[in-house]
Amino acid sequence: MPRRDDIKKILLIGSGPIVIGQAAEFDYSGVQACKVLLEEGYEVILVNSNPATIMTDPEFATRTYVEPLLPGPVAAIIEKERPDALLPTLGGQTALNLAMDLAADGTLEKFGVELIGADREAITRAEDREVFRQVMTEAEIRIPWSITVESVEEALTSLDGGGASLPAIIRPAFTMGGQGGGIAATRDELAGVVAKGIAASPIGQVLVEESVIGWGEFELEVMRDHNDNVVIICSIENLDPMGVHTGDSITVAPAQSLSDPVYQALRDTAMMVIRAVGVETGGSNVQFAVNPVDGEIAVIEMNPRVSRSSALASKATGFPIAKMAAKLAVGYALEEIPNDITRATPASFEPTIDYVVTKIPRFAFEKFPGADDRLSTYMQSVGEVMSIGRTFRESFAKAMASREIDSPAAIPDSTEELLEMLSVPDP
Amino acid sequence: MNAGSPGYVLLEDGSRYEGLLCGPGTSGTGEIVFNTAMTGYQEAVTDPSYAGQVITFTYPMIGNYGVSEAAMESSAPHARGVIMREGRNGDDAATAEGGWLDWLEDRGVWAISGVNTRALVRQIRDRGAMRGGIFPAEMSQEEAAGQVESEPSMAGADFASQVTPPEPVEYPGDGPHVVVIDTGIKASIVGQLRERGCRVTLLPCSSGPEAVLERDPDLVFLANGPGDPAAVDAVVGTVRELVGKRPVVGICLGHQLLSRAVGLETFKLPFGHRGSNHPVKDLETGVIEITSQNHGFAVLGPEGDQRIEADEPVRWQTDFGEAVLSHINLYDRTVEGLRLPEASAMTVQHHPEAGPGPHDSRHLFDRFLELAG
Repeated sequence: MPRRDDIKKILLIGSGPIVIGQAAEFDYSGVQACKVLLEEGYEVILVNSNPATIMTDPEFATRTYVEPLLPGPVAAIIEKERPDALLPTLGGQTALNLAMDLAADGTLEKFGVELIGADREAITRAEDREVFRQVMTEAEIRIPWSITVESVEEALTSLDGGGASLPAIIRPAFTMGGQGGGIAATRDELAGVVAKGIAASPIGQVLVEESVIGWGEFELEVMRDHNDNVVIICSIENLDPMGVHTGDSITVAPAQSLSDPVYQALRDTAMMVIRAVGVETGGSNVQFAVNPVDGEIAVIEMNPRVSRSSALASKATGFPIAKMAAKLAVGYALEEIPNDITRATPASFEPTIDYVVTKIPRFAFEKFPGADDRLSTYMQSVGEVMSIGRTFRESFAKAMASREIDSPAAIPDSTEELLEMLSVPDP
Repeated sequence: MNAGSPGYVLLEDGSRYEGLLCGPGTSGTGEIVFNTAMTGYQEAVTDPSYAGQVITFTYPMIGNYGVSEAAMESSAPHARGVIMREGRNGDDAATAEGGWLDWLEDRGVWAISGVNTRALVRQIRDRGAMRGGIFPAEMSQEEAAGQVESEPSMAGADFASQVTPPEPVEYPGDGPHVVVIDTGIKASIVGQLRERGCRVTLLPCSSGPEAVLERDPDLVFLANGPGDPAAVDAVVGTVRELVGKRPVVGICLGHQLLSRAVGLETFKLPFGHRGSNHPVKDLETGVIEITSQNHGFAVLGPEGDQRIEADEPVRWQTDFGEAVLSHINLYDRTVEGLRLPEASAMTVQHHPEAGPGPHDSRHLFDRFLELAG
């Protein structure tokens, strides 16, 4: 099926000001989408509050609005412009959330605006932790288990019955910053931490969750078209294990340490995830934890949109994910789109590369004296560098050199000291 | 482990690429081909279809995750050698039982690392698969060139008879009895059949039609294998006797043998398809699957075309009734699969069993078995 003729005007939402966790990558994806949609003959209505973006240059859209990215102002733009469709998957989390708000408050329905790329149900299935858990469970996809308990006995019964296993993370309900929680590695510790957690929780309830801290972290960039053809664009391996946010991790593409059966298991699972969540067209990012001891795989999360990793994957493979996502959203199938690199073969393929790509995050803790610079599950880096080399060593060394940090790292005197240093993730 | 005496790769066109010998440190010649998969090096080297060949891996880091018994596609390596940008002896995978370079040395597979594989692969892509070899630096280029020259060409080469089992091999099962004319079957294919409950018998590829029928097969399976399909006329003759009598299915070389048996022709591809990312379209369902591939020859289309532009299941006449073009390769639009409804036969060029590669096409084994009734 070629491009859709039943839509003429498409609203695109940018990602607003640059913040930690959402930077220029969504200008990159937005510009790709704007160019494609204009080329395809659609009218593009763009809204973004950030003037320091390429997408807000006048030639990238039919009309550009520099307005707050809030439901009210965007609803006013919809009322005035009457777009046929809203493409919410290219402007990061901001655009996705705003699109969901506009769906929830009835604006989209009132003005007959169709969500293309991912619909409201698919976004909910991916974004709502509890719904995601249900969807994965129904599809028999392994995710870290989690149970809610109100007594130590309940926790121990679950452990004995095989519902829970160790180590586990205990999070008391309704406490600030995880107060009263902890990690349990033994049966006695589980009893102790759960008791403490129940005492700390105002409703006497704790969430006991499987700990995958220390497992290997991997990501797959997936694309799907309306014919249900799915391809994997790129695999990414995090040098830092689970526990350090991907945005703060050194990442390498393609995955370096996976045997073919394990890689194929991730690939099969990623395809099951995008189908179960129901992202109809476009790119998604699926994150996995892989147990280094036995190779066991668990799905951590999926982003039903173009993500930070998509920019890296696009540059790493030459497969322009955002551009393809825009084309798929307006009705093309992967096989109808020419491959950007070869120009002779279709985009329904999986890039294979003969080099190694490394991304290293850049931090700015020096601007915040006294700030705790230990890395954790929320992102703190302010930027990143990427490099390409024929070997991992070459790629890694080039990325280190690209960071524009003059001071060499302190070299410890002994292996013990080095291991000690490495055991605490910090910049 | 021989880590690093200087050596080089020489192709028959005279192009030379320096590197460091690893593995056993010995040298030899073969057809130099390239594989673009980023995982599955051990599976590739132990795949009997690589008999007589030296594999150049386009992915530069080979050996990161080690080796394991489970990755063996047969009991021994069949590729003669490997050419790598950076051979590694890592054991990153949870399943690793040893290092890759150690394994190459133990198994006597020639290997060379530090080679500008990108330049080498471009040469093969531009000029076609060539004979060549891996040589120690001490050997003069003239002597090496002489060795390359005396290596027989892959066109017309019968390697199947070298990798076929000397005696029948039987695997029990309660399901349909699948009798394989074994031209070098991969363990993953036997695994997929047995997972579906099949009783599997592997027969030497010299077995005649009576020997196959004697086993009372519900399904005759034509295996993958090395070499030129035009060089194994005896097997083609056997298949011709079986088509129409029993349902026949096949993979890779088996697809080419069935095609030749029903009167179609095969040809040598310029540099072959070897990798894990080839899109194949099922022309009857419209579904596109990413497939594992390993072949240097292909089947000609209805009008004798190498390239088929039609996007529908074209039908044409063979000696055994109508053939339906069921699958096509979207890279170069060559034939990827055929069905002969009247003869109850179907074959594919790619590798639905994976090992290594994507699992998208594994369901084809269910289709194969539907023919067994």
